[in-house]
Amino acid sequence: MDLPVPDDVPDNLKKRPMSTEKQHISTNTSHAVVLIILLSLTAISVSMAELHLGALSVAVALIVASIKGTTVLTYFMHLKYESLFFKIMVGGVFVMYLLIIIFLFFDYSFR
Amino acid sequence: MSYSKNIAPSEHHDYLGSKMGMWIFIFTELFLFGGLFLVYAVFRSQYATDFHKAAEETNTFIGTLNTIVLLISSMTVAMSITAIQNNQKGRAIRLLLMTLLLALVFMVNKYFEWGHKFDLKLYPGSQVLTNLPKGELLFFGLYFMMTGLHALHVLVGMILLTLTIFRIKSGRVHAANFSLIENSGLYWHLVDLIWIFLFPMMYLIT
Amino acid sequence: MSNSETHPQGSYLDNHGKYKGLMGWLTSTDHKRIALLYLYCIVIFFFVAAILGLSMAIEKMRPGQDIMNAQTYNGFFTVHGIIMVFMIVIPGLAAVFGNFALPLLIGARDVAFPKLNLFSWYLYVIGAILAVLSQLLKSGPPDTGWTFYVPYSSQSTTSVIPALTAAFVLGFSSILTGLNFIVTIHRMRAPGMTWFKMPLFPWALYATAWIQVLATPIIGITLLMVIAERVLHIGFFDPALGGDPVLFQHLFWIYSHPAVYIMILPAMGVVTEIFPTFSQKPVFGYGAIAISSLLIAFVGYFVWGHHMFTSGISYWSKWFFSFLTFIVAVPSAIKVFNWISTLYGGSIDMKPPLLYAISFVFLFMIGGFTGLFLGALATNVQLHDTTFVVAHFHYIIFGGMGFAFFAGIHYWFPKMFGRMYSNRRAYIAWAFTFVGFNLLYFPQFIIGVQGMPRRYFDYLPQFQWGHFLSGIGAFILMTGLVLMVWNLVHSKRHGAIAPSNPWKGVTLEWQIASPPPVENFDEIPVIKHKPYWFGKDDRE
Repeated sequence: MDLPVPDDVPDNLKKRPMSTEKQHISTNTSHAVVLIILLSLTAISVSMAELHLGALSVAVALIVASIKGTTVLTYFMHLKYESLFFKIMVGGVFVMYLLIIIFLFFDYSFR
Repeated sequence: MSYSKNIAPSEHHDYLGSKMGMWIFIFTELFLFGGLFLVYAVFRSQYATDFHKAAEETNTFIGTLNTIVLLISSMTVAMSITAIQNNQKGRAIRLLLMTLLLALVFMVNKYFEWGHKFDLKLYPGSQVLTNLPKGELLFFGLYFMMTGLHALHVLVGMILLTLTIFRIKSGRVHAANFSLIENSGLYWHLVDLIWIFLFPMMYLIT
Repeated sequence: MSNSETHPQGSYLDNHGKYKGLMGWLTSTDHKRIALLYLYCIVIFFFVAAILGLSMAIEKMRPGQDIMNAQTYNGFFTVHGIIMVFMIVIPGLAAVFGNFALPLLIGARDVAFPKLNLFSWYLYVIGAILAVLSQLLKSGPPDTGWTFYVPYSSQSTTSVIPALTAAFVLGFSSILTGLNFIVTIHRMRAPGMTWFKMPLFPWALYATAWIQVLATPIIGITLLMVIAERVLHIGFFDPALGGDPVLFQHLFWIYSHPAVYIMILPAMGVVTEIFPTFSQKPVFGYGAIAISSLLIAFVGYFVWGHHMFTSGISYWSKWFFSFLTFIVAVPSAIKVFNWISTLYGGSIDMKPPLLYAISFVFLFMIGGFTGLFLGALATNVQLHDTTFVVAHFHYIIFGGMGFAFFAGIHYWFPKMFGRMYSNRRAYIAWAFTFVGFNLLYFPQFIIGVQGMPRRYFDYLPQFQWGHFLSGIGAFILMTGLVLMVWNLVHSKRHGAIAPSNPWKGVTLEWQIASPPPVENFDEIPVIKHKPYWFGKDDRE
């Protein structure tokens, strides 16, 4: 379903207008399934918080949150169906952030 | 040939570029909140017991409820995009309205949550807070700043979604031109994503 | 090819579109006009901040109070820093030359988001107004230094909050420009222009844009935290409330160190365009320069602690940051080798752009080498917070980014305005600027090593010789700057009409009229050759 394009638009720009030919459309079922997964993970997270795991509780909470976050990114935010470049961008950003935390803690952990 | 800069957007609209732009903006938001997460990480590591104690003051029930509300709203906004892509204009609008309603529920919950804290004189700068152990004071500072900034972003998201609804109604957003709803959806998922991390950090460290 | 006299479309400087005159400029989404809007603002604010600098130099020529008291002096170095850092050097090259030349260099008609581009400029102006406001309010100009260190910035009774807000808004402007450039470079290159056929200024802008986008938000939130300290006593940085002032320093420098790469990467990109043109020879080591731009951006993220060696951070932290600081110098050194090698064996034409570009390399190297003394832990203890640091960063930022800016404006002036400037006046201005600059800053290295602290209104008599020389240098420098600007302003109206390619350059901007038409290219070019192809048969 291409939009009409004026004649004087150069060829390389004519390819730009949006078309839905190759767009992946997520199904409502997949959305619902993802929600169920997210709600389950939330339930797990809340119940594990009751368990008094001490130092481990931070790790568990963060891991569950990361799984939830990755699920939102992959499915709701459609990353699974985007080009490799988007995946690298997002991954790279998280890696950068992690490195910043780690290097910050070179100070705080060793004071 | 007309050399006006007012070229109609649809002729030169770069869908992929538009999406890329939104993702990059999302990165900036992640780093904005990321700065606050850094502060949280530092003080959590220094005042583990105080944080644990202070977190008992947060209402896990409302927090969990708000988490569920936001997760459902992420689903409804994702479904609204599916609807637009399938030319289901009415359904898309209904789902967006549903998302807005859930957002409103979130904000109302937040209002009551904060109100309760204010009733207990627990707010930055209060005498009660100053008398608390330092780690608890810092926890509440982080609590208000992070949930406050987050709520601001919920508001912005609501405005974006409302704008999208109007544009769908007017026909400017449709199956062949859905950047606005997709990008607004991405922004909304960002708001959800931040909460996914905020929730355990503020409510579940007991 | 045609110049503005004969191109049927006229140029972007003429009235087009719905609005005429000033309104036409204020509502334009044309990247070339937005570049000039930034240029005019930056020149004006540069001179404001330069005069502040000159005033400080005058004050310090003799010990004791001369033309201002200590409080005023503190306010002066604060606002000098705020303007220079947030309004001149961070936006400067990207907003002016990036906006003007990036679409031209990649064969595009504009940036990816032209309206967002104009919005970035409006944010810049709002930020500037807020900065001016901080100077005029009753609570007095902020005296915290542009680095806003706590605890003083949360306690000072001066107008700190407007200044913090100004920096926040200016940061947002920077973020949006970076976002725009990333998408532009990804999506709007001309057909046939693969990443490695792209000229090197776009590569530099690309690396810069990622830093703008990923580092600036951190200072955004940090500034908000300081506001929260002042207004809400939130306690993050206040030891009395359990906070840590050093945490502010961490957060501040997590942005502000990458920020210096925002400043220098486009500068390196500009001179990388100038060297091949005035040697009539391709850039030596194209791939190395492209990749080293990305490496500088990446590694530059992880050296922030070298501003904090004496702040009480852990030993391992210091060790790590010092090590990485030495590593990040390597890609910059690679570039210097590449630039010199580009010149070697070339057909050198020492026009003003090349003269400024070579000055850039010389001054940047001095700045870079002195950075090594600061990056080494032991010597840092002696040198931290002395005028040695001040001289170091002025050599790097002013000698580096500043001279690259001068190089860029002399390079692209004919393209921007369709006129040639007087080379003779440009050389005279250069001489004053170069001599004045070195006389102003070099003595600061020496008295810094001898113990002269920075940001000090007064000093011991043994340092006077250095301050006195610096003062003379400041006057000479200011003369040079005024001469330079006057030459350009005068030539804008009275200079000879410029051809489309006065420098025999081979990048795309030289293949169109001077000044360019609104739409840049009559037809979007199709790229076949490698970049910097001078038509010699050994390249294809």
